[in-house]
Amino acid sequence: MPAPIRLRELIRTIRTARTQAEEREMIQKECAAIRSSFREEDNTYRCRNVAKLLYMHMLGYPAHFGQLECLKLIASQKFTDKRIGYLGAMLLLDERQDVHLLMTNCIKNDLNHSTQYVQGLALCTLGCMGSSEMCRDLAGEVEKLLKTSNSYLRKKAALCAVHVIRKVPELMEMFLPATKNLLSEKNHGVLHTSVVLLTEMCERSPDMLAHFRKLVPQLVRILKNLIMSGYSPEHDVSGISDPFLQVRILRLLRILGKSDDDSSEAMNDILAQVATNTETSKNVGNAILYETVLTIMDIKSESGLRVLAINILGRFLLNNDKNIRYVALTSLLKTVQTDHNAVQRHRSTIVDCLKDLDVSIKRRAMELSFALVNGNNIRGMMKELLYFLDSCDPEFKADCASGVFLAAEKYAPSKRWHIDTIMRVLTTAGSYVRDDSVPNLIQLITNSVEMHAYTVQRLYKALLDDISQQPLVQVASWCIGEYGDLLVSGQCEEEEPIQVTEDEVLDVLEGLLVSNLSTPVTRGYSLTAIMKLSTRFSSVNRIKKVVSIYGSSIDVELQQRAVEYNALFKKYDHMRPALLERMPIMEKTASNGPTEIVQTNGETEPSTVEAKHPPPVTQPTSQANDLLDLLGGNDVVPVIQTTIPTKPASAGGELLDLLGDLSLSGGPAPAPAPSVPTSQPPFLLDGLTSQPLFNDIAAAGIPSMTAYNKNGLKIDFTFERANPNPNIAVITIHASNSTEAEMTDFVFQAAVPKTFQLQLLSPSSNVVPALNQGTVTQVIRVLNPQKQQLRMRIKLTYTHKGSAVQDLAEVNNFPPQSWQ
Amino acid sequence: MVYGGSEAAHLFRRKFSALFMMQFMLLFSRQGKLRLQKWYVPLSDKEKKKITRELVQTVLARKPKMCSFLEWRDLKIVYKRYASLYFCCAIEDQDNELITLEIIHRYVELLDKYFGSVCELDIIFNFEKAYFILDEFLLGGEAQETSKKNVLKAIEQADLLQENIDFQMRLFAGRQRCRDPSQRAGGNWTHINTFSIIVILLIITL
Repeated sequence: MPAPIRLRELIRTIRTARTQAEEREMIQKECAAIRSSFREEDNTYRCRNVAKLLYMHMLGYPAHFGQLECLKLIASQKFTDKRIGYLGAMLLLDERQDVHLLMTNCIKNDLNHSTQYVQGLALCTLGCMGSSEMCRDLAGEVEKLLKTSNSYLRKKAALCAVHVIRKVPELMEMFLPATKNLLSEKNHGVLHTSVVLLTEMCERSPDMLAHFRKLVPQLVRILKNLIMSGYSPEHDVSGISDPFLQVRILRLLRILGKSDDDSSEAMNDILAQVATNTETSKNVGNAILYETVLTIMDIKSESGLRVLAINILGRFLLNNDKNIRYVALTSLLKTVQTDHNAVQRHRSTIVDCLKDLDVSIKRRAMELSFALVNGNNIRGMMKELLYFLDSCDPEFKADCASGVFLAAEKYAPSKRWHIDTIMRVLTTAGSYVRDDSVPNLIQLITNSVEMHAYTVQRLYKALLDDISQQPLVQVASWCIGEYGDLLVSGQCEEEEPIQVTEDEVLDVLEGLLVSNLSTPVTRGYSLTAIMKLSTRFSSVNRIKKVVSIYGSSIDVELQQRAVEYNALFKKYDHMRPALLERMPIMEKTASNGPTEIVQTNGETEPSTVEAKHPPPVTQPTSQANDLLDLLGGNDVVPVIQTTIPTKPASAGGELLDLLGDLSLSGGPAPAPAPSVPTSQPPFLLDGLTSQPLFNDIAAAGIPSMTAYNKNGLKIDFTFERANPNPNIAVITIHASNSTEAEMTDFVFQAAVPKTFQLQLLSPSSNVVPALNQGTVTQVIRVLNPQKQQLRMRIKLTYTHKGSAVQDLAEVNNFPPQSWQ
Repeated sequence: MVYGGSEAAHLFRRKFSALFMMQFMLLFSRQGKLRLQKWYVPLSDKEKKKITRELVQTVLARKPKMCSFLEWRDLKIVYKRYASLYFCCAIEDQDNELITLEIIHRYVELLDKYFGSVCELDIIFNFEKAYFILDEFLLGGEAQETSKKNVLKAIEQADLLQENIDFQMRLFAGRQRCRDPSQRAGGNWTHINTFSIIVILLIITL
């Protein structure tokens, strides 16, 4: 057999390949040759062949068939073979390979070899890819080498020990005796690796941490010697003596000094010395300063020292080197909570970083700027941030917009400013804001009564300028619908009032209905606004016409709305003014308000349009009863009879149900479930949007389960996923009763861990018929934003054969598809 | 069991799960060709390829004026370009980015000293040497030697050992071959000198 071509020859040949296909062909040919050579157990060229294989592996070609050959090379007596063999092992074998068993023996032999370079190779391989079994088997050898006087082996053994501890933490104790003299070593390699080993041990065990605290003075001395000693060519990096070792010692000091007064005290001086004496013209000096700052911030350091540290970061911010600026912003972000005022002093520099060209820096600067906003600087900061929002890349807009909303909500100096700010965000970054910003802004506007005229004018003007930003258009339509009378009356003290006629306003709204830019949601908003204007404007006929036109719209949602409004005009005109009255002020619930709103809007279309219906809630009961009758006769809307046992029988509550029915085909009543206050518009919306739940679309692939089966009462869960928001699992419970007596006053309650949110809709009945003659169904919606495993505790109360029964149960066996 | 066994220790470990350690190092060309890969965390070949592809793309897309750091998954990527080659390291969140730049620089210096003004071609044709140097400088993702001189000395001596044994082997086998053309004429004068002395000595003794 002729000698195979040399490695360099192969590399040269492969590099001549002009196409991928050509290269693949060459490699396949060579691989075939290598395979046959392997088969022939050719010892002379095995090393060369494996080396070639490693090159092909780097190009992305499969080379696993060389794994065993690597082991043969390792077992060879030749150093060249061993060198390539170990290299191949590190590249081709990963932790899960069975060949490791074979390798353990080879490494063991080589760790006891007479040549330090062979021992070094074995240590290096073990420290790079040793599996936990290997580490267990070879830890003894490593420990022995850690105690030798040979510094070449000692440093490698120390890092190997680090790897062993990472893999098998229980073996840590074994290395404890060997650590005793490590720090008295003069060789920097050994010192450096020892500090790494000590760091690893301290981080993994509190006992070790306590044990090694006594080393602080020694570490301080080593560090002092490093910064005080004159120029030593061997370890010098642009004027700094062994920065690698310095950084490592500083890091170990940080861990040792964390929440320990004595150790922190012992290192204060040296930290101050490093912080003031380090040469900062080069990156390497800044690397040390950076590590020093992190240590100062983490230990219990003196306040003077902390200010010094923050000022170092402040200087970093002015550095020409982008890397340094980035590091400064990252660390300021970490310390802004604890040392707020010190960071605040660098505010203007931080804000300047918003204009940086580098996205990494911009992002950090933005986060830090938001962290620095407070009641005193809100106007100035927000001006900068809004300017940033205007000019920044699209990837920043969403985060920046929600940051502005949060800050504005927290620190707004006045309502007018707040509204202006949000409107500004909506005009500049409208398509990037979160879904909940529309209802949030609407709520804010309704609550500031004195601002209504001003707001509606501003929004109207904004609409004239641009109708492409959907959230803004939605808010504007809503406001025009609500406060159209204020708009045309032109009474607004704060700004130059604009003169608009009713027709102009209607033109704009109708424009929205036909515009290609409008989403279906926006159209819904605008149709409802037009409808509302029928009681605020005099041009009712025009409105009637528009409404009747959309009665035949192909958009079902819009059509339904129009048909309903049409019915209002035709059959129940006497109720129209009351129904379309101005919205009451919405109170934001502190506990669950915001999240609920988020959820609502995740549900999309119907909810947002329905928002205009709640007014009748405030109507007197008599009218509500009228409405009840009226709806009974309305055959457009099939009314589903629902009983809500847990709900107080108040007129308002029933009305809520009716509205649910009125506005959506056959939806179940909104849920005045125990945890849900009835007067909350957002919840009302929730109930309405649950319409698809009854469509009986069995959730594709989510199997149902039995959650409870006791005393003849059986409860099954079926699942479906709410389409617009995959984080919401919709569970329908089916309760059936196999006993001969019916169960009355049946109430099902459920609780979930805090990371979830749960909403119980109303049950179909409170009586579970006997002998499985029917079931009670009830819908549970679970918001699971973190996609955690679903767990639920359920409570059942009912009356059976005259006696009250109560039972608790835990449901843990949800199918994974229901929450993943 | 005192260490690691107790529940407190367990919690402690979890709290400090972010350890300081380099996860991997990649060298690739401006065209996106991988030139060297060193993984200090166990990953499947498939995963390694995926990560490599993703990172090469991300890093190459960055403009030259941008900073050298990149947040990627839960790691920090520190990269630096030297001529046509990108050196790219993945470190943990807690680690010091600036000193990682120094580590990269030190490795470049070592390559430069070893090959004598190193270029991409040196690393392509002598990739195994580039690995040997890296393994003599870093071990398990940590620097094992902070002195340039010591690293180079160790490499030179190991090279010598390799040539020495090879030479003996060849001598005894009776078919002396010329040296591997891979050895650059410029970079290894010391080797060649020592090598020739050994040759002479061996010939005399024989």
